[in-house]
Amino acid sequence: MSAPILSVADLRVGFATEGGLLQAVDGVSFELRPGEVLAIVGESGSGKSVTAQTIMGLTRSQNSRIEGSVKLEGEELIEASDATMRRLRGDRIGMVFQDPMTSFNPVYRIGNQIAEAMRAHRDDVSKQAARARAVELFEAVGIPEAERRVDDYPHEFSGGMRQRAMIAMALALEPEVLIADEPTTALDVTIQAQILHLLEDLNRERGLATILITHDLGVVAEVADRVLVMYGGKVVEEGTLDEIFYDPQHPYTWGLMGSLTRLDRPRPRRLPQISGSPPSLLELPQGCAFRPRCPHEFGKCAEVPALEPRLEDAPSHRDRCWLTPEEKRARRVVEGQIGLEAPAP
Amino acid sequence: MSGEPLLEVTDLVKHFPIKRGILIDREVDQVRAVDGVSFTIEPGQTLGLVGESGSGKSTACRAVLQLIKPSSGSVRFEGREIAGLSQRQMRPLRREMQMIFQDPYASLNPRKRVGQIVGDPLKRQGVASGAELRKRVQALLERVGLAGEHYNRFPHEFSGGQRQRIGIARALALQPKLVIADEPVSALDVSIQAQIINLLDDLQDEFGLTYLFVAHDIGVVRHISDRIAVMNDGKIVEEGEVDQVCEHPRHEYTKKLLAAVPVPDPREARERAAR
Repeated sequence: MSAPILSVADLRVGFATEGGLLQAVDGVSFELRPGEVLAIVGESGSGKSVTAQTIMGLTRSQNSRIEGSVKLEGEELIEASDATMRRLRGDRIGMVFQDPMTSFNPVYRIGNQIAEAMRAHRDDVSKQAARARAVELFEAVGIPEAERRVDDYPHEFSGGMRQRAMIAMALALEPEVLIADEPTTALDVTIQAQILHLLEDLNRERGLATILITHDLGVVAEVADRVLVMYGGKVVEEGTLDEIFYDPQHPYTWGLMGSLTRLDRPRPRRLPQISGSPPSLLELPQGCAFRPRCPHEFGKCAEVPALEPRLEDAPSHRDRCWLTPEEKRARRVVEGQIGLEAPAP
Repeated sequence: MSGEPLLEVTDLVKHFPIKRGILIDREVDQVRAVDGVSFTIEPGQTLGLVGESGSGKSTACRAVLQLIKPSSGSVRFEGREIAGLSQRQMRPLRREMQMIFQDPYASLNPRKRVGQIVGDPLKRQGVASGAELRKRVQALLERVGLAGEHYNRFPHEFSGGQRQRIGIARALALQPKLVIADEPVSALDVSIQAQIINLLDDLQDEFGLTYLFVAHDIGVVRHISDRIAVMNDGKIVEEGEVDQVCEHPRHEYTKKLLAAVPVPDPREARERAAR
């Protein structure tokens, strides 16, 4: 295995709010290797986007408290100066945001915006060279008539095309790490499939290391190598793609799997659901954050379980649940499939 | 097929003019948002209308409810033609057909209390007032999984899923026969989507509701519907029983749509990629 390009260790991000300190990310650790796709899965408020933004240095403010370590090839980013972070952003770490509609400046031509980003980082690139590179990138991400369309304004692009343009911009300086925060959520499924294939090709061909943030387990199954499942600011389960999908250990993961409407299975009479709603980070329950929504909750859950390997034959598969592996295997099967609880009649 | 359909839509068309010109607008072209759509829904059944953005599904819903005036075509509700009725003529019929919207953040008036939001339709139609109104609204809130004491709260105090429950309570307040749900779960977290889908299922059984369920997610539509209509470019390209359409799609567009949905099964995904 190659050395990790990005190492995140015990990352904690808190925000001072009127209601007290909001611990958005609470001790997240992972490593990312070249060519690897790491998926971070979770619902709103799970801390997945704040984790990504903190890696990029985008959560720095008077009200935020950032602890832990983020290393890009050994270089510590948490304490790096703002100028250093500005240099890294775009150049070595690219980012694609969820909403292609609001991520471009509407009054500048798209090609110019890409060229400007390039020239801000590379003094020796001429305007003509930057434009030529923008055309090249448009072709690489599959935008037809690239030569003409670099001179279009954002409103002349459809959602899918704008998302491609944003990926083109993120790749302009050939970063080593790409952070994609819900890159396909706003897109139609047929366009989503194209964008996912594009990301996959880039991974394989350029050895791009990718963090893919999503709530869609279907997307995860298509492109990820490893998966982190986050809940209430913590990683509750971590493993390879197959470990997470075929031997999930945490009840929250079971709940996520069970509540999917799947085209590849017969329709269940009723969807197995997770009851309740995600917790407020200002009023996290004591112990395991998932406890109030978990039908398998017992006395020990008042204490937060450590994220550790609990299966003998899978040292990289870690989770935060007190149930024994035998109990888990027995309890996670609902009507022949993985789910959290038998649906009420 | 049983007796008379609740809703019968025939050749529904909605064209929007494209106008150009200084001072005098001339119509130079048309956007054929809905271009000859026909379907029927039997009482107590769910028709899922699936399609991508821009396919015309939301415009079709609005034209069915006469929220926008259809360019041509017929919409029969319980056998009665409603296309072209005036607002005044529609008013008594509005009790029978209600809508649930996509964005629970935009579809509730932030300055009104939950009790008002859910109770206003009852008041406007003169169904209930005073203590009776309050009792009915509280019962509705409880039925959709909220609590009676939420009556005096404002929408911003609720999560997305809870807001969608408020929207559902409002739609059900007048005990409608037809409920049109336009992307009711696509703005919600995954674990909340299942709750709302199950709630809609239960309410249908309990009140004998008929649904027109509009969504871009064919997985969700397949779960909740009896029949599916697939829409593309303003037209319905395929319509049939859920299992027929999902297992044996006939139209190329339906096949493309089904094939594009990611399967949450890594082995299956690898096989698909290898093919």
